[in-house]
Amino acid sequence: MFEFKYLQAKTLSEAGAFVAANPDAKLLAGGMTLIPTLKQRLAQPSHLVDIGGLPELQGIEVKDGRLVLGAATRHQEVAASPVVGKALPALAYLAAQIGDPQVRNRGTIGGSVANNDPAADYPAAVLALGATIVTTRREIAADDFFQGMFSTALEEGEIIVRLSFPLPQRAAYMKFPHPASGYAMTGVFVAETKTGIRVAVTGAGPGVFRWSDAESALAKKLHPAALDALAVAADDLNEDIHATREYRANLVKVMAKRAVQKLLEN
Amino acid sequence: MTKIEITVNGARHSREVEDRTLLVDLLRDQLGLTGTHVGCDTSQCGCCTVHVNGRALKSCTMLAVQANGAEVVTIEGMAQGGKLHPVQQAFTDCHALQCGFCTPGMIMAVTALLRDNPHPSDEEIYHGLEGNLCRCTGYINIVKAVKQVAQTPR
Repeated sequence: MFEFKYLQAKTLSEAGAFVAANPDAKLLAGGMTLIPTLKQRLAQPSHLVDIGGLPELQGIEVKDGRLVLGAATRHQEVAASPVVGKALPALAYLAAQIGDPQVRNRGTIGGSVANNDPAADYPAAVLALGATIVTTRREIAADDFFQGMFSTALEEGEIIVRLSFPLPQRAAYMKFPHPASGYAMTGVFVAETKTGIRVAVTGAGPGVFRWSDAESALAKKLHPAALDALAVAADDLNEDIHATREYRANLVKVMAKRAVQKLLEN
Repeated sequence: MTKIEITVNGARHSREVEDRTLLVDLLRDQLGLTGTHVGCDTSQCGCCTVHVNGRALKSCTMLAVQANGAEVVTIEGMAQGGKLHPVQQAFTDCHALQCGFCTPGMIMAVTALLRDNPHPSDEEIYHGLEGNLCRCTGYINIVKAVKQVAQTPR
């Protein structure tokens, strides 16, 4: 790692102001992406501002038909929380599939969403459920938040405070994990919401995206067979040593069908 | 440099560390606790697993400064009064190791797994040990050791 200065933030506003005034400073919470990145010398921040322990970013509660999670809530806490397990079991399941136990004990939901890794799990849930990302400055709808590979609507110095999920009627997540890393080669989150069926895909493309053809087909008939006639265009999907884009295109359909099946069993 | 206070296996330490020092390097190089191994150094293999405030994590992917004020337990803190910890004893009984390089991390991960879930199913053991790689045993005897501990009345 290159040298940096570590600062433990006392308040959220102090952290936001510091990062806004120091363009080379980075926020640190669980560090499950940032620390490996630093170790590979792929980044050279001047400062790391640790916000992981801030009380303003903690908490799990259901309020007015929504599940609200503090941004520094760790994956393990989401996976094990009786509140999440009752209100939104698909999200607890998703959290339990991230990385491995040691990673889940450190990584945070806010960090995952802010990083927007194209193979991360949480963005699929945030987008499919139409969650609201509450920051230090505003509220951002999931549909406006994710902007492609490692890119989001967040501005310099803007920090995610909490994530607010409207509770769906039913929801399910299925992923095909890379067998070594656990990252989603493809993961599909299907949600039956008040505004209709929403299907979000992670791992397959340069960023999380909604599969609108599947949403229309499932609106007519909420059954895995409704997806049989659909084909996913491979052109814009990811291709790497793990899988071709055609393979991923097929995985999108297979994982979507499995997620719908699981949703119906709930 | 930052001054940190850290409790490791019950002993308090006060150290000046570079901000970029990893927790595992503090443990091994400054405190001489070389039982915690560095395998992959990329948070894949789990050899560096220790407990921080009761939770298992990979000490190669945490800064020492992040552990300021924390209670850390390493493999050296497991045996008490010359008696192996039940998980260590089960690894011995079941021949759950060959070269032994992954074993400290395995023991720490298994102990944490059983704390959360004292009677895991086979599937739950596999899922619970996904963060630890062993290149010798094929995991069969490791799973056997976990079950032995789970089945022993305590």
